[in-house]
Amino acid sequence: MIPLPLSIALAHLRSRKRQTLVSVLGVMLGVGVFISISGMMQGFQSYFLSQIVETNPHVVVTDEIRRAAPQPMQLLHPAAAVQISRILPRDPVRGIVGAGAMLDALAAMPGLSAAPTLRGQMILRRAGRDYAVTALGVDPVRELRVTSLERDMRQGSLAALGTRPDGVVIGSGLADKMGATLGDTLAVATTAGGESTLRVVGIFHTGLEQQDTGQVYVALARQQSMQGRPRVVNEIHVRLDDIGRSIPVAAMIEGRWGFKAAPWEETYARILSVFVLQNAIIFSTTGSILVVAGFGIFNIISTVVMEKARDIAIMRSVGMPRGGVVAIFVIEGLVVGVLGMVAGWLLGWGIAAVLRQVPSPGASDPSEKLRVVLSGFTFVLGSAIALASAVGAAWIPARKAARTDPLAIIRGAT
Amino acid sequence: MTIATLEGRGLTRVLPGPVPTTLVAEVDTAFPPASFTAITGPSGSGKSSLLYLLGLLDLPTAGEVLVDGQPTSGLDDAARTATRLERFGFVFQFHFLLPEFSVLDNVMLPMRQLGRLRPEAMRARAMGLLDQLDMPEVAHKRPDALSGGQRQRTAVARALANDPQILLADEPTGSLDTRNAAAVFAILRALAREGRTVVAVTHDEALAATADRRIRLVDGRVVGGTAAG
Repeated sequence: MIPLPLSIALAHLRSRKRQTLVSVLGVMLGVGVFISISGMMQGFQSYFLSQIVETNPHVVVTDEIRRAAPQPMQLLHPAAAVQISRILPRDPVRGIVGAGAMLDALAAMPGLSAAPTLRGQMILRRAGRDYAVTALGVDPVRELRVTSLERDMRQGSLAALGTRPDGVVIGSGLADKMGATLGDTLAVATTAGGESTLRVVGIFHTGLEQQDTGQVYVALARQQSMQGRPRVVNEIHVRLDDIGRSIPVAAMIEGRWGFKAAPWEETYARILSVFVLQNAIIFSTTGSILVVAGFGIFNIISTVVMEKARDIAIMRSVGMPRGGVVAIFVIEGLVVGVLGMVAGWLLGWGIAAVLRQVPSPGASDPSEKLRVVLSGFTFVLGSAIALASAVGAAWIPARKAARTDPLAIIRGAT
Repeated sequence: MTIATLEGRGLTRVLPGPVPTTLVAEVDTAFPPASFTAITGPSGSGKSSLLYLLGLLDLPTAGEVLVDGQPTSGLDDAARTATRLERFGFVFQFHFLLPEFSVLDNVMLPMRQLGRLRPEAMRARAMGLLDQLDMPEVAHKRPDALSGGQRQRTAVARALANDPQILLADEPTGSLDTRNAAAVFAILRALAREGRTVVAVTHDEALAATADRRIRLVDGRVVGGTAAG
């Protein structure tokens, strides 16, 4: 036999079928929208992150020093109050000193690949117009081990840089702006004053605007020559088999060689913080639907409390404690919440299935569909908000019902 | 000497307000086991108020209610509620049956709240009470399918569900015709003969005359009474 408060609660809900159904639909809609919209947002974020992380190195070692080296006077008197002012920096470090040895050491470590790079600015000229871009001088064989750029090639290949020393691989956005196609020749000028020509041997499309319009790849030796920095490398790109190790590996490199080593989490910290803000907005917006659904529950239970005042009075007079009365109405809210929650799971899953059939706007592949990631966390969070909202909405009228003076109602009836 | 099952000592109830209203004033009365007492009086004389004080539904402004010789003024709300559940049965002028439940479920309500019996035993006892009140055939009907007399007898059955020693009835025949009113009073008399303490408020002097004993109230005070054989 089911507990008395539960059977009374179910009887109340059955007696108001239409209102109960509307309340359940409200919760269902809230949970369904919460799950599907959150899933779509998570799908977008995970796609965006995977694009960034897949396309780019997991750790980038640059020829920068995070913290200036302590002065000899400070080393000599570590406990003294030494103040040194007007220190002039030495000439900027021209590249990573001992890059070859560092690459050899990194290559010997398991689960890790490394490639040398010389990053510099250059201007591409075509049809009388200049396009300022960031050029990465790479060893194509090694670079292919640290990025998945080859996967994003629309035409040509990165490996072609190995056979065409005057080759350049450009992004699709830049190619469109310049009207350049595979095999075209571009005039090049660098800040070092060098001028030459490059031939387009590849066009890539990562989907990341900044890279597709502002970044090009050339052979490392060619870049060193054009930048007037022979045998110099100013970046080492590292890729890991286990992406989760990026922070400790970066710390290890920085501790061992002293150069700044930025894990991808640091490089894209701003994007990650935008995601956090985005999630907060999405969760609060869709969560507010569930709070509104709570008003529906509040409405039905307040109505039932008013209608059932005599029933409450008789139950109190025959010996039902206040807690029992509260339990009846909280259970009513909970039942509506649970039914709406389960129906909301199905609705959310259904909306997600439909969204997965919608073409992804701006995708390089026209057959690519919207990505929707339905995570357990989203289900749990949506359900928790729904149930908390339902119980909270029921609690207020339930407490009012429990405080009802049965005698006042019985006297009023006679 | 037999200890009274229910006793009121100096019971007074004053409704607070700009002009305090005295509902019951210094009532001393005792109700022994196996007795049927009718409380009578004109409208507004404090009959129901006295019954609510005796049934622990209301708190006296002064005085004490004793159940089985034990004072109840020190009990908190939860203890008073538990005492009502175990020791009292209530019948009101209006049946107050839960409309969504069948007659059988309504009768079982106090038993389910008390939770001492197994479901089969609850069902059997509820059926036994309905049988005793000559209405086993309506056990599975909803209250709205019953006549006024049947509803009130269902309320009596519900009041007896936990086998209480004390049965309090507030104008139990107020909404019934003469024939049904007489039938309900006959049931109350029979319950008193079984050993229960039955107290009924009524404005019907003819029915009150059939009780073992009468208490007459005017303006909240006992002004007279009779003890029938």
